[in-house]
Formats: sequence, structure tokens, C-alpha cells
Amino acid sequence: MKSLLKSGTSVMVVLALAASQAAAADMMTALGTPEGNVNIVAWPGYIERGETDANFDWVTSFEKETGCKVNVKSANTSDEMVALMNEGGFDLVTASGDASLRMIAGKRVQPINTDLIPSWNSVDDRLKSAPWHTVNGVHYGTPYQWGPNVLMYNTEAFKEAPKSWDVVFKEMTLADGKSNKGRVQAYDGPIHIADAAQYLMAHNPELGIKSPYELNADQYAAALDLLRGQRELVSRYWHDAFIQMDDFKNEGVVASGSWPFQVNLLKSEGLPIASTIPEEGVTGWADTTMLHADAENPTCAYLWMEHSLSPKVQGDLAAWFGSNPAVPAACKGNALLGDEGCATNGFDDFDRVSFWQTPVSKCESQGECVPYYRWVSDYIGVIGGR
Amino acid sequence: MTAASSVTQTAQSSAILPGQGGWTGSLSDKFWRNPKLLLILMLTPPALWLGIIYLGSLFALLAQSFFSIDEFSGMVQYDLTLKTYGELFRPANLDIIIRTVSMAAIVTVAAACVAFPIAYFAARYARGKWKALFYIGVMLPLWSSYLVKVYAWKLILAKEGILTWIFAKLHLTWLLEAWLAIPIIGGYSLSVSYTGTFLVFLYVWLPFMVLPVQAALERVPGSYIEASGDLGATPGQTFRHVIFPLALPGIVAGSIFTFSLTLGDYIIPQIVGSSRLFIGQAVYAQQGTAGNIPLAAAFTVVPIVIMGFYLWGAKRMGAFDAI
Repeated sequence: MKSLLKSGTSVMVVLALAASQAAAADMMTALGTPEGNVNIVAWPGYIERGETDANFDWVTSFEKETGCKVNVKSANTSDEMVALMNEGGFDLVTASGDASLRMIAGKRVQPINTDLIPSWNSVDDRLKSAPWHTVNGVHYGTPYQWGPNVLMYNTEAFKEAPKSWDVVFKEMTLADGKSNKGRVQAYDGPIHIADAAQYLMAHNPELGIKSPYELNADQYAAALDLLRGQRELVSRYWHDAFIQMDDFKNEGVVASGSWPFQVNLLKSEGLPIASTIPEEGVTGWADTTMLHADAENPTCAYLWMEHSLSPKVQGDLAAWFGSNPAVPAACKGNALLGDEGCATNGFDDFDRVSFWQTPVSKCESQGECVPYYRWVSDYIGVIGGR
Repeated sequence: MTAASSVTQTAQSSAILPGQGGWTGSLSDKFWRNPKLLLILMLTPPALWLGIIYLGSLFALLAQSFFSIDEFSGMVQYDLTLKTYGELFRPANLDIIIRTVSMAAIVTVAAACVAFPIAYFAARYARGKWKALFYIGVMLPLWSSYLVKVYAWKLILAKEGILTWIFAKLHLTWLLEAWLAIPIIGGYSLSVSYTGTFLVFLYVWLPFMVLPVQAALERVPGSYIEASGDLGATPGQTFRHVIFPLALPGIVAGSIFTFSLTLGDYIIPQIVGSSRLFIGQAVYAQQGTAGNIPLAAAFTVVPIVIMGFYLWGAKRMGAFDAI
């Protein structure tokens, strides 16, 4: 309410809006004068002002054009993001699929008025109404970037790209004549159970898994069994991108689920590394720029959302982060990303990505599912050899 | 003291020293007359700090462990229950506790064995610049970043790291492989085995053992050792009956550090090791990603209880006489 008054709309409009449905009551109808600041919670490396590498700067020009100073608070986990937004004092957040719905449910973010964002129409049609930011047809943010969790492999150990996730789930002899035992890795987070479930979706159709994030007790038990077998093969589970890169360099690891970020960095160092999307498909993440329910700088926030959708920003960011732009136009003619960049980062494989979401007990596909907190305790057991 | 005598005393003191002027003077007089007032004023801020910030947060945490998480919704239920403590005894969680306590115990024993000769040399033989060199040598690792040291060890222990290379140059690769083939402590390479985790723990916490042991050994009078020799004791007997018992409080004091630090650390096993969780990592995972604060709190209680017993035992062995 306060922000609406601030932005200069009349009291009459406020009253009229308050009378209409609750969701629309918070939505802005017109932009005011820029407030001079915008405070954003973002993943590290998501909002660059050229301090790490002068080529990657999508903040300075925005500040010059709009007069909105961009203040970034980095958050390393989705939980941290939710906590910061609950605390308040921020205008925007780049939330992943697990955090976004939690914040919508907790009313920490407000619906956005797509009419105030001219570039909305340029957004990828596949993302416009994605379920992780659109609830009952109301949009709670603008898509920012997305990426698949690819299978990274060493080209010396594999003559050709592995076709299946078999290489990290089943013991086998690789092309270099040695077993894969001890030479593969898996992600050190409970969400890796979803990767196992996705593998089972393709190989054990009798289990009837519809979504890797919605598992009933039997499907869940089968996924855990698969992971127990995987424990025998995995020397170390990875959680830190740089430790994983080190393990590929010094520890003799040849295959693992990974992010394009690591693949691109290792390739740029001239190492024999490549990545592929196996036939079973992959899991992935998709981030959304969302507006805080009590944002103090809504006009600057809307201007940033508009700016964040420009092909230049989207392309530069995709090149920097190894992710995919939410705006298809960014794939062409971006100097940093190159014309091949989108294909490299998996832009055409959208349909083969199961986007990350929090497993909840009341799930759509089968009514009763195993909730996330059980995933956590059971995955700890699996890694511990139980 | 009766009222009459206190009046006399006040009268006397004012007779000897006239009251000082100004508010500082009267304040000083007040403190002099009521020594307890000054004590209360000086103790209140640290007591509040200890009471509210330290113990308050600790009890808030302990209280959390008596709640439980709802099986279906994953929300915390604020009803008092012991169910969460029951969960600690599930096999996977019990594994974590046993794993952490065993590692802490082994690291402590090994640290004592490695630290004793170093501390003995420093306390009894090193003089002048050698003593300074000893202090720098022990303290230097403490000044550099903990993370840098751990990452450096990861590289040293890696499959294609310098240690493997040295073993290969010495034609001892078979020895390394035989060691890694041992179940439990072995693994695919040193950096993904318990042996690696143990070595890094030992390195990082060693200074905390060396310094108290050295302090204890410096307090052993040289005349005792000479007397022991004069009475016909062999060096071994002197060590067993004179030096070791007198140094024991120092060893126990050092072991409190190495044991509790290993018990609580969650970074080393994350970087070097087989990814099997230690207590600190379990707390981190449960409160961070799972939102299962009650179980995280119950896990936190485990080291508190273990350290409680440990300190009680250490006190009986006189560890705190050396501090």
C-alpha cells in the first residue's frame, strides 16, 4: 500500500484495487519515478558489474540509464534466499524452482503486471507460464536463466559420448579398459534421488513414475536401492563446483552429473572434457526474478526486470554462467556467447529437462508422496552405506 | 557487624580522609564503602552476555530438540516430545555419531603421540633462537587460512597428487595400494578415504596439543629426573613413573581441544574423505536444506553430552591444574 502511494497513484485507485481480488490488489498498475535504488538477492555471479571480468557487466549501463543504484546481496542456497526475503528490505530475488513456490505460498512476493514490462513478449514461450512462477494464471516474476544438470565425462575414458546414465549407476568397464568403480561421482544433495528416479522412469516403467519429484513409497524405495548400488562406485560425492573440477583433474574421476559451468571452465583450460544429455533426460534448474511483497523500490525493480530481459544481458549472463537465456533472441549475435553458445548450454533440450522442485507430501500425480525432509535423512543414510 | 560499629567506622574514615569533591570523587567513595557494588557493576555486563547470548541461545537450541517434525507436511510441531531423540538412534544416525566419536578419539591419541616428542624437545632442549623457531613452527600453521590448508592437503593426497608420486618414485606403490585395499580405512585414493580425513585432522589440530603438553613438561623440575636417575631408574622407568604422570594434565588439556574440535568440525570431512557424514555436517544438512531443526538440535546435543563426560573425566585427572 505504502509503495503504491509513493509511486504516485491516486487514493481512489488504491481503494478500487483493494476492493478487487486479493492477488491483484498488490499488483502495480503504473510505474512511478525511479526511487534511486534497487536491492536484489541473487546467486553468486548472477549480477555482474565488471568487477571480476570487465567484459561481463550488465549493471553499469542500467544504473546510468535509470538512476537506480543496484545493491546485490549474494545467497548460496535457496534456503538462504527464502530467509533473506522473509527478513525483508529487498526488492528482488533470483529464485530457483524450489524457493519460488515457497515464497509465493508464504506471500513474500507479489504478482507482477506484465503490461509494465515491454520485453515480456520476447520471453521464451516455454517459460512464460512455467509452473514454478505462475500460480492460477498469475505471474509472480520474470524468467531469468535456466540450465540442465548434464553428464560430464572425460573424452579419454570415453571414445564417444555415453548414451545413458548407466555409467554412474552401474558397474562397467569403460573404453579405456578399466572399471568405472571409484571413477564416477554423484551430487551430494538429496535432490540427487530425483536423478535416480528419472533413470528408473526410463528403465523400470512398471514402477509408474510420472515425475522424478513425486515418488510414492515403492518408487522411492526403488530409487534408494539404485543409489545404494551407486555408493559402491562413487569415491566422493560432489557439492562444490571447484572441488569437482579438481577431482576431474587430480583424482582420476571420469564421469559425473554436473553443471555446464564446470564443463565450460574445464574445457577452457584445455582438458579432455565434454558433456552430454543422455537418453533418459536430465534434471535442471530454472530461476525467476521475483518482486518482494513489500518492495520499497518497485519502479526501479520493474525497470530492472525489463532490463534483465534484454537480449544483451541474457546472452552475456548465459556466457558467463554457462546457463541458457530466458529470451531466445539472446542466442543470436551475442559476442560473448557466440552463435553456438545456446546449443552448447543445452538450449534445445528444454523438453528433456525435469526442472527442480521441492518434493511435497501432497503431490499432483499420485496424491501421497514422500516429502523432502525424508529425502534428506535417507540420502544421508545411503551415503553412509545404509 | 553491628550498626554502631559501622557508624563509628564511617565517622573514622571521614575523619581520616575528607570526602572528595565532584561526582567522580563521590562515586569512588561509594565504591570504596560498598566493594560489592563495584563487583556487581563490573560483572553484570559479562554475566548478561554469557547468560543471554551464550546460554540463552544454547537453551533455545536445546528446547528445539524436544519438538518434532510432522511426518506428512514436514512442518515443525511445537509439542514437547522425545521422538526426535529417538530418531538419533536410527542406524544411519547412530553411524554418524559412532563415526565422529571414533575419529575424534583416534585423532586425539595420535596427536598426543606426535606432539609429545616435539613438546619434550622444545621444553627440555631447545634454547634461545631454537625455542623461537619452535614457537613459530608450531604457530605458523595457525596463522594461515584453515581452508587453504585443507585444500592443499586435498591436492597432496589426491590420486594423481604428490604423495602418490613420491610412493611411485620410491617403488612403494604396492604399499600404498595395500593400505588403500584395507576395508573401511582404505578407499579409491587417500583423499577419498578415512585415512586422508584422519591425516588432515591430525595436521590441523596438532598445535592445540603441542602447546599445553609443552607447558606441562616445562613445569617438570629437572631435579626430579636427575633424582630418578640417581636412584637407578632406567630412562624408560623415569618416563613411566616421573615424566609421563607429571605431563598427563597437559596431555589431557590438549586432548580436550583436539577431541572437541574434531567432534564439531564439518569442513574437513566435506573436502577430504568419502562423503560419509560427520556430526557437524549432519547438523548443517538437517537445519539447512531439510528444515528439520529439531533433529539438527538433537544432533548438537550429542557433542555437548559427550564433552560433558569428557570434561568430567579430565577434571578428575587434573587437566585443569595445568591451565
